[in-house]
Amino acid sequence: MTMPTPQQVAALRRRMPRAFGPTAATRGLRALAWAAGLAWIGFLLWWFNFAPERIWNGLSGLGTILVLMVPPSPGELWLEILKGMAESVAMAFLGTFIAAIIAVPLGFAGAGNVVTNTLAHFSIRRLFDGFRGVDQLIWALTYVRAVGLGPLAGVLAIATADIAVLSKLYAEAIENAERRQAEGIDAVGGSAVLRTRFGLLPQVLPVMLAQALYFFESNVRSASVLGVVGAGGIGLQIAERIKVRHWDEVAFIILLMIATVMAIDFISGRIRRALIGAR
Amino acid sequence: MSATAIAPRSAAVERGEAAFREARRIRRRATLFYLVILVICLLVAADISEVYIGTLIDGLPRIFEYFWRTMPSFRLEVFFADWETEGSFAAWMYRIDKWLWLIFETSQMALLGTLFGSMISFALCFVAAKNLSPAPWAYLVARRFLEFLRTVPEIVFALIFVWAFGIGPLAGILAIILHTAGANGKLFAEVAENAETRTMEGVRAAGGNWFHRMRFGVLPQVLPNFVSYFLLRFEINVRGASVLGFVGAGGIGEELYHVIAFNYYEEISALLVLIILTVATIDLLSERMRRNLSSGTQMAGAH
Repeated sequence: MTMPTPQQVAALRRRMPRAFGPTAATRGLRALAWAAGLAWIGFLLWWFNFAPERIWNGLSGLGTILVLMVPPSPGELWLEILKGMAESVAMAFLGTFIAAIIAVPLGFAGAGNVVTNTLAHFSIRRLFDGFRGVDQLIWALTYVRAVGLGPLAGVLAIATADIAVLSKLYAEAIENAERRQAEGIDAVGGSAVLRTRFGLLPQVLPVMLAQALYFFESNVRSASVLGVVGAGGIGLQIAERIKVRHWDEVAFIILLMIATVMAIDFISGRIRRALIGAR
Repeated sequence: MSATAIAPRSAAVERGEAAFREARRIRRRATLFYLVILVICLLVAADISEVYIGTLIDGLPRIFEYFWRTMPSFRLEVFFADWETEGSFAAWMYRIDKWLWLIFETSQMALLGTLFGSMISFALCFVAAKNLSPAPWAYLVARRFLEFLRTVPEIVFALIFVWAFGIGPLAGILAIILHTAGANGKLFAEVAENAETRTMEGVRAAGGNWFHRMRFGVLPQVLPNFVSYFLLRFEINVRGASVLGFVGAGGIGEELYHVIAFNYYEEISALLVLIILTVATIDLLSERMRRNLSSGTQMAGAH
């Protein structure tokens, strides 16, 4: 094989310009897209007032706060803080439990192989998706107005926000279940109840439990801020201490939150691995 | 086959049956044991949070009443009338121009926060990937730092930043940046850890240093995944940004807080519907973009 002459290369380049890299038009468009993107970012920075001076002042304020945070101290009301943290974990546990129970029948309703009507299936799934768009804190605030201040609003908010997402995940688990076990029960003359109990449940129950545990972990995180709107838990403590600028106590609460979340993650991770095997 | 055909059971079958019964007994006992633990946990949790079945059931009618009142009261004969007519669709959405603008502002806060946060994740992820990190201590420091950013809730960052930077979107965006950096940093690092190492060895063989190896050996493999995680996080952050206004950190949250706190019932449902529609639209768009992205990588992998 001989090297192509420059004339041949030029001829090929004329015939197949795109094989030699992007054409001038593509490159121009790309440059234009980059310029537009950067211009938009610049506009956003201007719109949201990212002035260097303001950032600098803010950072120095933040530096003062950080200095005041050291050393973290539980303060005099440390028992309140511990109680708030325990309340947050309890709220997360109850909320997840309620959501996990209610999501089971909803999951069956949303599973394409149980409810075979396409329109019903599609609209149920869209409903689940729609609910997901509302943040837990919004639910918490509405429940505070509906049932009053306190952990009850928090539990309800956690449950409401999770039901839709858990139902969707459960529905997917049911759809992904192996059909052959259920057919086996059919073949030996089992009823629909027996088919669900022995053909489906052993497959989907560990998955459902594992998902519920995942949600419990994430809810411990979110339950620790629901108190900001008055829905119980440690959030109230942290919001109050930020208001009165007790930064050392704020730092202590943040560290306590991190430690609790890590402990819960560790425990729940071990249970999950025991349930569905190491992955 | 009739009952007479059944032969007397052999000893082996008896042993098998006994073993099965024994296994089943142990299993049932274990199930019972875990159920008891679950019930104890539930009781303890109920006691700590003072939420009992009774309080839940007592609360139900009030919940239904509350959400019933937030429902818009349409009158069919004037459904398409203008916003000054009570009972029309336009009256329900009478402040839609202001609301849509606030929702747009919220989404742009999320966009900027996701962008800058992902940039921090990007800068840290190669150091936070176990097999790519230049030094073990750097890996540990990067991982712990990302873990810290991820574990502290956005709202807590926002509360502190409102003190430092003043009320407004800036504090909210900074909170989103920090939380996104932590959340995406972990995901990015995991993607980078799973990247094919042979391309890196090729760059090393050609005399590339650590930066060259990351840039030419790892980045081309992981970039589509990074973009995919970016889009996913953007959607999550739009949802999260909708409540940052609760603590004065900008966006639709302040209006939402106002409307809920003052019991402007019908406006609550109007705002929630708008937020749900926005998040659903972004969800659909980002899902489509992510699907295009993954089919693109599969094609690239087929070469």
